[in-house]
Amino acid sequence: MTRVALDLPLGTLIQGWPRIAAFLDGLGLTGLPPDRSVREWLADLPDARLHDMGLDREQLAAHLRHLTDSTAEVTSETIQTVTIHGGRGKSGDSDSADLVVRAGEIVCVVGPTGSGKSRLLADVECLAQGDTPSGRRILLNGAAPTAAQRFAPGCKLVAQISQNMNFVVDLTVGAFLATHARCRQVHRQDDVVERVVAVANTLAGERFGPDVSVTQLSGGQARALMIADAALLTASPIILIDEIENAGINRRQALDLLVAEDKIVLVSTHDPLLALLGHRRVIVRHGRVADVLATSDREKTVLQRLEGIDARIAGLRNRLRHGERVDDV
Amino acid sequence: MRLVTVAGPPSVGKTSLFLRVAARLRDDGALVGVVKFDALSTSDDEAYAGIGLPVRVGLSGGLCPDHFFVSNIDDCVAWGREAGHDVLIVETAGLCNRCSPHIRSVLAVCVVDNLAGIHTPRKIGPMLRLADVVAITKGDIVSQAEREVFAYNVSLANPHAPVVWCNGVTGQGAADLAFRIRSAPEVETLDGQHLRFSMPSAVCPYCIGETAIGETYQRGNVRKMNFGDRP
Repeated sequence: MTRVALDLPLGTLIQGWPRIAAFLDGLGLTGLPPDRSVREWLADLPDARLHDMGLDREQLAAHLRHLTDSTAEVTSETIQTVTIHGGRGKSGDSDSADLVVRAGEIVCVVGPTGSGKSRLLADVECLAQGDTPSGRRILLNGAAPTAAQRFAPGCKLVAQISQNMNFVVDLTVGAFLATHARCRQVHRQDDVVERVVAVANTLAGERFGPDVSVTQLSGGQARALMIADAALLTASPIILIDEIENAGINRRQALDLLVAEDKIVLVSTHDPLLALLGHRRVIVRHGRVADVLATSDREKTVLQRLEGIDARIAGLRNRLRHGERVDDV
Repeated sequence: MRLVTVAGPPSVGKTSLFLRVAARLRDDGALVGVVKFDALSTSDDEAYAGIGLPVRVGLSGGLCPDHFFVSNIDDCVAWGREAGHDVLIVETAGLCNRCSPHIRSVLAVCVVDNLAGIHTPRKIGPMLRLADVVAITKGDIVSQAEREVFAYNVSLANPHAPVVWCNGVTGQGAADLAFRIRSAPEVETLDGQHLRFSMPSAVCPYCIGETAIGETYQRGNVRKMNFGDRP
């Protein structure tokens, strides 16, 4: 807030800066006189009130100033490529080559438990700069990320979806998505919420509506909602998916959705279907990238057969669920 | 000696995280000492001692932990300096969310966790609002969407502080915090220094051991609830 902005009426400030409205609301400051200038209002704010808020007059003014200054948030430049560069394995051997992943590409990470799949994803997650055990560097569009890119919470570049994640917030699906949309400062929030729920329902085996509590969703529904949210509401251009094979969702549709949004997708998996859905797969061994294989045409026909088997198993599951006999299989 | 105050609600993972941070600082050649403040008992000192760090414990017992902390912090600094430490980590228990342990010109870290619920940031006072860095833990077990909403609410409560995503189990974020501690201001003594904000206060008969309930005993610094005009 410049000196001039300090003289703005409170109403203008609250109308013009949604984050300031949310900040003041968080302090319990509601029903403020819209016509008074911020400066006058601050000067008259009783000391006892400030004491309860845990901020003195200057600190409160500084917070307001920062919120107006940082509202023009760094709209992160489009990320076209992520480069994973120069890692070392457990015995000191280097990664076989730099790996460049492009927007709209799915790269799967495969390897036995303990081979370093999670380390590789974690390196991408924190945009490592030689400061993790692997020594890897992550480049964005071919260059090292800026400090703002690494640490700004508002424009976090990497989103994650893993088997261990759960919704813990006590809100309905609709209310929670609206909250998320608000903090992403998305316009036309109702439309976005409706769209995320609709898309999540195409991924999940069982339908759910916006009025169900997020904590009551089944594992598959929750994963479906996380993926739809990551595709449509999360601004992050890079999505890391860790072992979602048992989630009971339509995996091909889930990945197609992310690719359609031009996300850069890395999937750590033991699942043959997921592994072959990737355009390429990274083989990790003893903590290092041992090889990178493009999915071959023959593997794509294997994938088709696998999907056939998968559909048959899903059909069986459904019939058993509905109390049918499966003698005829 | 570089000093860092670490504060945050109970069970957010302060000790797990700072074990990682301390180990990293030590591995980079720094002599690291730790002081752990707690209320009734702690075994966190054993965890720090377990990785070979010199550690002292302050238990506030029946006193306000915040007041106990500020009465002893300069002694902690003296201990750290005499022991020749390069870094002193002072971990405090943030028990009532209105605590205010951060000191001007001393690096202040607040640790909060994603499990606490997305509205928690607005319920935490100076401990969060006036910290230099906010470490958010337990991000591995909540959805990405909740992480984002939580971080957004943290940035509303404290627009100045950078957010560091941390995990005491995997060590995520430890390198970042260690880096910030290495560039923290040097501290010789805290004599004459000031807290960033006043601590929670109450001066009344209950402060000195009164247990009886009733209007007779409500003297001194007392505030009454307002229940409105109608029943």
